[in-house]
Amino acid sequence: MSTFFDRILGREKRSARQAKDRLKLVLIHDRIDMNPGTLETLKDELIEVISRHVDIDPGAVQIEMTQDGRQQRLIADIPINPSGRRRSRKNV
Amino acid sequence: MTKKVITITSGKGGVGKTTATANIATALAFDGARVVCIDADIGLRNLDVVLGLENRIVYDLVDVVEGRCRLRQAMIRDKRLPNLFLIPAAQTRDKTAVSPSDMVRLINELRTECDWVLIDSPAGIERGFRNAIAPADLVVVITNPEISAVRDADRIIGLVEAEEKGPVQLVLNRLKPEMVKREDMLSPDDVLELLAIELIGIVPEDEQVILSTNRGVPIVLDGRSQAGQAFRNIASRLEGQNVPFLNLEDRNGFFGRLSRMIRSGGD
Repeated sequence: MSTFFDRILGREKRSARQAKDRLKLVLIHDRIDMNPGTLETLKDELIEVISRHVDIDPGAVQIEMTQDGRQQRLIADIPINPSGRRRSRKNV
Repeated sequence: MTKKVITITSGKGGVGKTTATANIATALAFDGARVVCIDADIGLRNLDVVLGLENRIVYDLVDVVEGRCRLRQAMIRDKRLPNLFLIPAAQTRDKTAVSPSDMVRLINELRTECDWVLIDSPAGIERGFRNAIAPADLVVVITNPEISAVRDADRIIGLVEAEEKGPVQLVLNRLKPEMVKREDMLSPDDVLELLAIELIGIVPEDEQVILSTNRGVPIVLDGRSQAGQAFRNIASRLEGQNVPFLNLEDRNGFFGRLSRMIRSGGD
């Protein structure tokens, strides 16, 4: 939400920028025929499946839909925790 | 096969499909080609009034499809250009009176006797739209630099691609350069980035379009109109010419005058 101060300080985005940003999101969901809620569920399930096999920090996971021409891409950036910790514990 | 059957569509209503069809057809005919334009908006016909031919209608598209007349009898010759023809839509029927295969059959008959066929699609994504794109070699999607028109254009592009009816090219209609300049209107670059298809024309908002529609004389016949020039450029690009896009900076504004002064001084 923009405040009065944002407006007078020129921090509010111009309306064309707002239209473009809103359109970007709307087009992503229109093109893959998936609403924002379903996409959230997909992310949660992905994290759950992956963490069954490798040690990950769910808070560091970034999963997003991006546009590449007229194609949509689901990009997942999932940092994996080093396995050293578990091994070193065994050695103790 | 050269691309000669062009369908003009948009998804959203009121973005300028009929105006674009009338003007591109008139510009192509003005250049000497034999052009037939077809109003595929059965039940809501308007291409006849935009071309100023509403008083000459005897037969329509549905009459041809249902065999009440021959194709030639439904082709109304333009008042000004003897090589421009209109096949009007039926006004008292609905879109289901014609099927996509009827359209393909009818347009195949036309392919042999003219250089260009332009089909004015109805708004929406239902039967009328499917009829209009069925025979197309090229689909021209019209949009305005406005959130709902761009969204609907994206949907239409997706549907055309899914039916493998491409290629699809874009006309950005009713652009207001001064609003783009103050970042209160989506720019051509914004729209192209979002839709990711090839551009074939940018048409500026022009009050003269309303006057020309009032009179039933397409704006391309007015040599002074910027919108008319933009539509003539689209026709030239369809003919295969490499025409640069109009510089839509306000020519009479301070910067427009200044840049022209500098340019003429420098030459």
